[in-house]
Parts: sequence; C-alpha cells; structure tokens
Amino acid sequence: MLAAGGLALGCAAAPYRPASGDTVVETVVRRTGTPEVRQLQARLAAAPGDLDAALLLARRYIALGRSETDPRYFGYAQAALAPWWQRVDAPPRVRLLRAILLQNGHQFDAALTDLRAVTASEPANGEAWLTQAIVQSVQGDHAGATASCARVTTLADQLAGFACLAAASVNTDRAAASERLLAATLDRAGGAPSELRVWALTLLAEMAARRGAAGIAEQRYRAALALAPRDSYLLGAYADFLLDTRRPAEVLALLRDQQRIDALLLRYALALRAQGSNRAALAAAVTELQARFDAAAQRGDRVHLREQARFTLHLRGDPAAALVLARQNWAVQKELADLRILLEAAQRAGDQSTLRAARGWMQRNGTQDVMLASLTRGGT
Amino acid sequence: MRRPTLSPWALLYMLLACLLCEPMPAHAHKPSDSYLTLRLDGERIEARWDIALRDLDFAIGIDGNGDGRLTWDEIRARHAAIASYALARLKVASELGPCALVARSQLVDRHTDGAYTVLRLEGACRAPPTRLIVDYRLFAGTDAQHRGLLGIDHGTVVQTAILGGDQPRQVIELAHVSQARQFLAYVWHGTWHIWIGFDHILFLVSLLLPAVLVRQGGRWVRVPHLRTATSDVVKTVSAFTLAHSVTLALAALDVVALPSRWVESAIALSVVLAALNNVWPRVLARRWVAALAFGLVHGFGFAGVLADLGLPRNTLALSLLGFNVGVELGQLAIVAVVLPLTFALRGTKLYRRVLMPGGSLAIALLALVWLGERAFDVSLA
Repeated sequence: MLAAGGLALGCAAAPYRPASGDTVVETVVRRTGTPEVRQLQARLAAAPGDLDAALLLARRYIALGRSETDPRYFGYAQAALAPWWQRVDAPPRVRLLRAILLQNGHQFDAALTDLRAVTASEPANGEAWLTQAIVQSVQGDHAGATASCARVTTLADQLAGFACLAAASVNTDRAAASERLLAATLDRAGGAPSELRVWALTLLAEMAARRGAAGIAEQRYRAALALAPRDSYLLGAYADFLLDTRRPAEVLALLRDQQRIDALLLRYALALRAQGSNRAALAAAVTELQARFDAAAQRGDRVHLREQARFTLHLRGDPAAALVLARQNWAVQKELADLRILLEAAQRAGDQSTLRAARGWMQRNGTQDVMLASLTRGGT
Repeated sequence: MRRPTLSPWALLYMLLACLLCEPMPAHAHKPSDSYLTLRLDGERIEARWDIALRDLDFAIGIDGNGDGRLTWDEIRARHAAIASYALARLKVASELGPCALVARSQLVDRHTDGAYTVLRLEGACRAPPTRLIVDYRLFAGTDAQHRGLLGIDHGTVVQTAILGGDQPRQVIELAHVSQARQFLAYVWHGTWHIWIGFDHILFLVSLLLPAVLVRQGGRWVRVPHLRTATSDVVKTVSAFTLAHSVTLALAALDVVALPSRWVESAIALSVVLAALNNVWPRVLARRWVAALAFGLVHGFGFAGVLADLGLPRNTLALSLLGFNVGVELGQLAIVAVVLPLTFALRGTKLYRRVLMPGGSLAIALLALVWLGERAFDVSLA
C-alpha cells in the first residue's frame, strides 16, 4: 500500500518532520518580489480588469520564465491575463501574449490562430510577425516563415529580419546564403541589443556546426556565451556541439550548475555516459530525469517529447519506445533536433518506412547537415 | 516496523525509492502540481495532499523574515493558514451532497522540484459514494497552469484525474469493484507475500526436507512410498495452515496484538528450531506439532503485512479469507516444487548425508542471523 501510494505520488518517500525549527526546508527565489513586480501585483489585485497592469505584469513574468527557464512564471503570466484568456475577442495585445504562452506549451496551432489575427489587425506589429515566423519555422512551414520574416525586415531592424530568415531557412537549401547574410549583418550591427546578438550568434554557430565548420562554430558559441552565460537554449546547443565533437568533459564543466533544467540535465547525463567513468552520477542523473518525465506525464504534459525521445534512446537504450516518442514529437515540431532524433531512433529501431519518409522530407526541403548526412547514408 | 528481512524484491524497491528521492544538487524547474490522494473506505475519506512550499509562499507567504529560506519554524507558523487556504479551494461531494473534510497534521516531503507540505485530511460522505464531484481551485488566481493530480484509492483500484485549469469541477464515477475481483486481489497479495517472505519459505522447507525419510535406529532411511511422504506433508501443512489462520484472523480483527519485534524474532527462532530438528531430531515423527505451534507465530507475521495493505472494512471477512487462500496457494506451490525433488533424491547418500543435514544447518545459521538482527534491532547484512 505504501509502495503503491508512493509511486502514485511520483517520488515520495515517507513524509517527515524536520529535525529542528531552524532547519531550512526549502529556498525560494526572491526575484518575484522586486518592487516593480510587487507594485504591479498590488495594482492588479485591486483591479483585476486593469489591462495595462495585466499586460505589464504578464510580460515581466514571461521574461522571467525565459531568463530562468522556469515554466511556473508562464502560469503566473496566464493568471494575470485570466479575465481575457478565454475570450475570442481579446484585445490584440492580449492575443500576442497568449500566443507566446501557447507556443511555450507547444500548442502551435492555437498560437498561430492568435498570431494571424494580430498580424491581420495590426500589420505593423513587428513582434507579432516575428513570433509568427518562429512558430511557422518550428512547424516546418518554411515558406510561411520566410514570408513572415519579410514583414519583420521592413518593420523592425535589419538584424532581427535576417536572423528570422536564417531561422526560417535552417532546414532548407538556402541555409548557406542565409548564414552569410546574417554574419555580414551582425558585423555591421554594432549597437544591436544584446538579446538579438545572442540569438544571431547562436543561429550562426549552429549553422556553422551543421556544415562541419567546427572552428567557426566554436568561436561563435563562445562569443554568444560571453554575452549570455545563462541562456539555456544556447547552453543546450553548445553542449550538443561539444557532445558531437566528443568533448564530454567540457559539457560537464559547462552544465554542472544547470541541472534544474531538464534539457540541460539530459545533456549532462549524455556527457556522463560518453565519459563513462562516473557510473554512480550517471545512474543518479538517469533516475532523476526519469522521475521528471514521469512527473510531466502525470500532468499530461507533452512539452518534453524531444528530450524524452533522446533520453529513451541514448540513456534507456530502448529504440522502439524512443521511436514512438520521436514520431509523436515530429508530428508537433520539425526543427533540426527533431529530425535528428527521429532519424536516430528509426535507424536504431530498424524502421525503414520512417527513415524513407524522413529522407524524403529532407530532400524536398534541401536540408543540409553533416551529422544527419552521416545518419542518412545508412549503415552507421 | 521491519517486515521479514532479506527479501531481494523489498531491498530492490527500497534501493529504487532511495535513488528516486536522492536529492539532486538542484530541484527541477517544472510547472506547478499538487498531488492529492483520496483513500475511500466506505463513507470515510482519508486524504494526503502534497502542495509545493514554493507555490504556497508565492500565494500566501511562508517566508516570515523574507530571506528566501523557509525554515520549519516559519512553515509551522503558517500551518493553519495553509490548511484554511487549501481547504477553501477544494470541495469534495458525493451524489448525496458535500463530504466535509477537516485538516489534520502537516509534514514535509520532497518531489522532483523541491519540498512540499504534506497535508492530511479526514472526512466522510453521508454514505459510501458511487461518484465523487471534485471542485479544485487551488492557486487558480495566481498560477493558471497549476494542476492537481488526483488519485482516488478505493479498495483495490486507483483512479486518477488531472484537476484545475479550464475545468475546475470534475465528476468521477467510481469504478465498481466486484467482490470477486477484490477477493482475487487479496489472494494474490497472500501468494506474493509467501513467495517474497524468505523466512516463511525456509520454515516450510525445513519441515519438508525430512518428509521423504523416516528415522530408524538413529539413522535416516528413505520412505518406501510417495503416499507415506505425502501424508506426512499433508499433516504438517494442514497444521501450519490451521494455526496461522487462527492467529491471522485474531490479529487482523484486533482481538490480539503483539509487538512486531517479538513476532519477527519468534518467526526467526521457529526457523532455527525447525531446521536444527532435522540435524538433531527432537520432535521426530510429530513434526506437525511443531508446525502447529510455530504456525501460530507466523500468523501474527502475516497479520502485519495485511495491516500494511489495509483491509477494506466493508469487505473485511472476504479480503481476510482471500489473503489466507493466497497464502495456502503459495505454500502449495512451494510444496509442489520441493516434494518431487526431495522424493526423487531421497534414496541417495548425497541427500541423506549432505543435502538434508547440510541444508538444514545452513538454514538454521541464516535464521540465527535474522534472530540476532530482529531481537537486537541491528543490521548484520
């Protein structure tokens, strides 16, 4: 009974009474208590229908959620928008934030519905076009994304536009041209905001790695990390690059303090496996990841399918289960990493029809990537 | 309470549980969830509700001195506030109306993303419900992506649901558990318990080993017919069964209660004596007497397991009977494996001179270690 109850509760040993009154049971981040946030919370508590306060607070929380890679802030943001959340006729400013939150929850179709409405009613809204382009890219709609990026280029600054185009063409035969264009633009955009530079540098690093230019990729990753040492997407991309170039020790050093984030704990565990010397740490990391995926599954989350597929294939050694996850993931998102885990799982599981379908997709789109090329040549 | 020791499955599970709860250097970043388990027993409800301290701090403030560190004193000071905040946002009802819940004690537990308060709730519906209506609005105002992960445990089935979000109110039809299914579940529990309870197995084996031999002139010789051996086994197993059924029932119905340390120690002692009797026979032909006497002790041991499983009060007798039947089936399975083997080997010197006395001695030694561990509450393994 205890066992069954414990399992039902995810990870639960016996509840305990802390040893003494001054035992520290939990630490909480005080960041939510900055004066600005507290002021907005008070304003909104007094008048939940105060649209300006709700939008400001939601934006603050979304920014926190991104910088901390902590999904709870997205829940706080959604709560701030509660009076408008269910409304089809919500104001465009709410719909834009709703789209961003839906995108975070991988509800891409619902996000696009909102974004299309916003770009239709506010064709000069650069942020909406950019968000729409990103969602279209993730869904593999390269033509749609490119068209959206064109609007960004005319509305926002040039660097954002070309970064958008580069992101849209990553999987296509226009990748090399986009990379050259973005690199040249970045060189000239000295005064661009740091966030934008980090995004551009990360894209450029990924594109260099994909055509096998490891030295240039390394340079760009380091330049990006110098600007944003805690950016979790960047850390994950660089860790993947290090894993591909067989430098697991550097992954361990890079991610030692980043294990709160599932995607980064996954890379950490993959590095431990590649290194092969610390079996206890690897076992602990695998158990922890499994517990986190189980916890996500209990609440019905499908946000971690890509990571879970990688985990299942490389750390659980279960190609059949990994392929199921990779295919479910591919139905939702079609970025390079999604293609790669699909190919890896299909190859290890010996699923020829999935391999054929994925190769067909790559040919149609003109996808170029050295790692994928070695995978699709078959046999490896 | 320590259950029969050295069961590899139990050890594996404990190891797994330790690993699962081994705190990693940092907690996961995940969306907010609470874990609510309702245990239904007739009309009564016992609940355990795990709520993240981080979420409670965000919603109602736990961190008294604002230093970002939640101490046990700060949490304790807010127990009443936590209970009333949480209970105000959870309504449980049956088809006959509300099932009132009151808060009991609070402890602490860990999940992947940090420390949780464990709030115990108790209450009752007007009659045993066939459907539960759960209205869940915890943190609805502060975190729109918070979810309550509900488990309803009634007897042998656990139903789950995800609460909160767009549908705060959910109706859960309680799956009807047929009495037959409940009975079978307890049969399985009983069988399983015999199979993972090494001490019960070794006691039984100690009694079975000499059943294919008879004592003549101070020496063991083979019994001529399977019938002789079988009738000895039937007598022994029946006596064991009769005895442990009586004490299991007495203990399960709370007529008699013995400290588990005594019971576990006495079980170990019974294995020692039964095994030694094969090397230096004292009870000789009347092994069934030993089975009867020690069976009383083993029955109290089974009762401990049953107490951990929890007996549904509405089907108490049926479940008790099922568990007992399971124990007997488990025993018969062991007999079915051991008896043909020993009967086949009984004519060999290897069996009479080595396997029987040597095996018995090994069993006695192992049980002696258990006895020491259990009597003095130490671990020698």
